[in-house]
Amino acid sequence: MPSVMINKTEAGGLSLYVPKKDLEEMIVSMEHEGPGLWGGELTLADGTRYYLEPMDPEPRLPITLRAKRL
Amino acid sequence: MCAMKREEAEALIQEVLEVYPEKARKDRAKHLAVSDPNTEQAKKCIVSNRKSVPGVMTIRGCAYAGSKGVVWGPIKDMVHISHGPVGCGQYSRAGRRNYYTGHTGVNVFGTMNFTSDFQEKDIVFGGDKKLEKLIDEIQTLFPLHKGISIQSECPVGLIGDDIESVSKKKAKELEKPVVPLRCEGFRGVSQSLGHHIANDAIRDWVLPNRDDDNSFESTPYDVALTGDYNIGGDAWASRILLEEMGLRVVAQWSGDGTISELELAPKAKVNLLHCYRSMNYLARHMEEKYGIPWMEYNFFGPTKIAESLRKIASLFDEKIQEGAERVIAKYTSEMNAIIEKYRPRLEGRKVMLYVGGLRPRHVVGAYEDLGMEVVGAGYEFAHNDDYDRTIKDLGEGTLLYDDVTGYELEEFVKRVRPDLVGSGIKEKYIFQKMGIPFRQMHSWDYSGPYHGYDGFAIFARDMDMTLNNPCWDKLQAPWKKADAAAKAA
Ligand code: SF4
Repeated sequence: MPSVMINKTEAGGLSLYVPKKDLEEMIVSMEHEGPGLWGGELTLADGTRYYLEPMDPEPRLPITLRAKRL
Repeated sequence: MCAMKREEAEALIQEVLEVYPEKARKDRAKHLAVSDPNTEQAKKCIVSNRKSVPGVMTIRGCAYAGSKGVVWGPIKDMVHISHGPVGCGQYSRAGRRNYYTGHTGVNVFGTMNFTSDFQEKDIVFGGDKKLEKLIDEIQTLFPLHKGISIQSECPVGLIGDDIESVSKKKAKELEKPVVPLRCEGFRGVSQSLGHHIANDAIRDWVLPNRDDDNSFESTPYDVALTGDYNIGGDAWASRILLEEMGLRVVAQWSGDGTISELELAPKAKVNLLHCYRSMNYLARHMEEKYGIPWMEYNFFGPTKIAESLRKIASLFDEKIQEGAERVIAKYTSEMNAIIEKYRPRLEGRKVMLYVGGLRPRHVVGAYEDLGMEVVGAGYEFAHNDDYDRTIKDLGEGTLLYDDVTGYELEEFVKRVRPDLVGSGIKEKYIFQKMGIPFRQMHSWDYSGPYHGYDGFAIFARDMDMTLNNPCWDKLQAPWKKADAAAKAA
């Protein structure tokens, strides 16, 4: 369960950053995008998938969370 | 204006790789590429931040260099102890030219070397006692210091000393911050991990110090200037531009910086980040914890400076936006005069760069302002995100080389024959002896500043001075020259 940071990019999308690996990647899809429920399964631009415990309401970004790699 | 065709560049890479044994060849092939501005993700064409192949001459440094030399070293009112044998600190002492004001040895300590000078007995019995004694001595001899950082060298990690407990104990005694850093040189693949460790230490040991202290009077125009190490005065040349446009710089990280500026940064409104590679971790942290947005900017060359000033101003109100326009207008005629003077002397010349983690992309704009073209670029310790940013700035068919080996760089330069090579001190004399003009682009070859408008004037002059130096015609003995001329005739 790596800890990851979710951030809003300048263009308005979401990015996921893994500090341990210095890896930043755009999030192309997320199961729950809010408003309200936020998180769930997400897919990155390079195809890797992660799972975030869904949150309600959506958090203030950026935020560091534990994510599960699928 | 394309120097090399794509196929040519690819063929060159193949040719250079041929001498390696198969395994090394496969490994190195992933680090060499030809740029294509259409690639969206750099990792599809180039691999970075990996361990160097054993046996090659890599140009990288160690984690201690990244922490002590890069991030912590410039904080001037702290004493940075090189904890371990004497050499690591002594041979890197004062070489980086990060300028500062103050009285060295009295209230600032930038160019001094403090070391615990490990001997055999410290390795056998541990160095914690010695460290305590050293800290006491520092307190007696330099009572005006504002804090101490302990920068571990390789042996400290190997023998398992507990520098954290010494730090805690001494911090209480002295009532000053004492920060332990686990930046032993063997950690990670390059100095890049040292930056990360240094950032994490600032996050854990320094930033929270003033969390509940609201006595600092802030204004809506407070910014922190981060990732600028004041090489040859860079941060000063940047700071005056920000101040001229109406902003207030409350912290300089870490060139000419102090520990209280580090602690103040969370009170700023925006973090302006010059060197992304070495400080992005802290910028991200402050965004999350204190809600301070951060912005990357580029102060090399008038085109990029104007772009950056406008970008920075867009975060503030009209007053600052007007200020930015005023600053740009003020310097335009001066810059035009410089470009008019030097451009004809430099137009169309080709440059190859191999520097740390930022400059190979940041200086591209400055070279373009002078009509020059970057035909090869590479980083010692960049990561994927750096290459993502680089590819956008480079033209089609530029050679890209990550963690290049001494052999590869030499071969590339021999074949491409650029008009100028910009890299570090270890590369300097090889290329000068090959008859190729060279600038040392880590500490600006004893010159600088290169940031800001004032810096560009110096940058342009230096490039001209190096490239058009009459010495480059004198490399061949006169009688051999006559021979060659006769043969040609
Ligand atoms: S690798 Fe170790 S011994 Fe070498 S300079 Fe770095 S800290 Fe010192």
